[in-house]
Amino acid sequence: MKRVLRSFKYVYLGLMLLFLYLPIVYLIVFSFNDFTSVSGRQAYSSIGTWKGFTLANYGAVFTDRSAGPAIVLTIEIALISSLAATIIGTAAAIGINSMRKRTRTAVLSVSQLPMVNPDLVTGITFMMLFAFVSSLLGINVGDFARLLIAHISFSIPYVIFSVLPRLKQSSDMLYEAALDLGCSPIQALLKAVIPDIMPGITSGFIMALTMSLDDFVVSYFIAKEQQTLSVHIYSSFRHGVNPAIATILFVPLVAMLLIVNLRRIAKEREYEIQNKKVKMK
Amino acid sequence: MKRKYFAYPYIVWMILFIAVPMIFIFYYAFNVDGRWTTERFVQTIANGDYWIVLLKSVEIAFITTAICLLLAYPIAYILSNMKKSVAAFISVLFFVPMWMNFVLRTYAWYAILEFAFPKLLGVKLLTNSTSNTIAVLVVMVYDFLPFMVLPLYNTLSKLDRSLLEASRDLGANGVTTFFRVVLPLSVPGIVSGITMVFIPAITAFTVTAMIGHGKPNLYGNVIEKQFKSTSGGFATGSTLAIILLICVMVSTLIMNHFDKDKEGGSIL
Repeated sequence: MKRVLRSFKYVYLGLMLLFLYLPIVYLIVFSFNDFTSVSGRQAYSSIGTWKGFTLANYGAVFTDRSAGPAIVLTIEIALISSLAATIIGTAAAIGINSMRKRTRTAVLSVSQLPMVNPDLVTGITFMMLFAFVSSLLGINVGDFARLLIAHISFSIPYVIFSVLPRLKQSSDMLYEAALDLGCSPIQALLKAVIPDIMPGITSGFIMALTMSLDDFVVSYFIAKEQQTLSVHIYSSFRHGVNPAIATILFVPLVAMLLIVNLRRIAKEREYEIQNKKVKMK
Repeated sequence: MKRKYFAYPYIVWMILFIAVPMIFIFYYAFNVDGRWTTERFVQTIANGDYWIVLLKSVEIAFITTAICLLLAYPIAYILSNMKKSVAAFISVLFFVPMWMNFVLRTYAWYAILEFAFPKLLGVKLLTNSTSNTIAVLVVMVYDFLPFMVLPLYNTLSKLDRSLLEASRDLGANGVTTFFRVVLPLSVPGIVSGITMVFIPAITAFTVTAMIGHGKPNLYGNVIEKQFKSTSGGFATGSTLAIILLICVMVSTLIMNHFDKDKEGGSIL
């Protein structure tokens, strides 16, 4: 009886994982499918029937007139916005950490807004902001700048909230000690504080990067002509999208996240084992 | 130089790009073509059609959340009872799809339902509103399931094992222990899971737009249409967004009432 119950547990977990990963695997598999139809055109809506292995779909991504630029734009926005968000967010976290309690609570609760706000609301508020700026003030903000501003804004809180816990763990004395030893405040930060909170900064950067790559709704509302990858897929899915367009960026992203997380767990485990050994001694 | 100055660039940014944009919802709700008026606001609120759509969205979001909870609780429970090291590895597999693009995941389902199934089975699946609704629900559950597993797992794995042993020692069987000890203690996880699924589910418009050919028409779809394809839709759209924000605020308040420990959190 017990054995049946236990195997039932694994079956259930397996079924749920199948449910979660099957559609993704399906896209990956068919991104290697030959979609050339009788007329010689690529018929992506014939997804589901296997006609032979090819790498042509991946080549086609870059020659596609809108998919190619969409990929480049997505990567550019993701890298620049997450870098900017990491810098602004880390500085902010250091500042916030040394604030008095009341100011800190106020700043932090406003910072949570972009995290709790539905994407839809963030998207339309930015859309209206840019519409207002262009109609009443006469300044037309280009798509690239719009995307950058919006992506930085919704990423910063994630950086702040991953750096802050690290700062709380790190001692205030560190900064003071560096000052006493003759560092200027900037030097003290760069040489003592920043290295100490580096893991928090790194995970903040990765969060910002995934937030930016993951975004569809905000980009969809604010960009007028240029398309990010997800907006491109959304605007052309009806007649079938080259599955390689869908997998080329997101599958490596998910793979990266899996590896980062698994390694983190492996490290923690090693650490735990070491701790146990120390205790036993 | 004081360290708190480092936060100033961010505070300026926050005011310009987080606080100010929020004001525009109210600006455009009451300012139509440069003139202040409550006419459009009242008109929108008095329109029963929008309320029907909102009700439908709440219904769909509610069903989605309920199914997610029913599917995710056993996952989290099983994981929390496994050996720590094994559970950590398997749980990552459940969380990672969270970071995968919504549009992409939804497109995968579109390709399955619209292109693959008809060819394999010889019948079109999405032909009437019932089948559309079912398909939309399946894909919504698919999209949101990891968001439910994460907080539940976080709460359940931190549960004090000695409490379970105590319950057993005092003569309760497994079922009683679950309902009298485990379930009440996991309420914070349940609450933050519900928040993480219910609110995004009310506003989701991509799933219905892609899977159900715009049906069932949900609140998110209505707002999207006002902003993207109706000229001068800002006023109506903003009013609808205000109603949405009120709904979000109310549900957050209700959830906060239950979730006093602020459990949940995130990976990475």
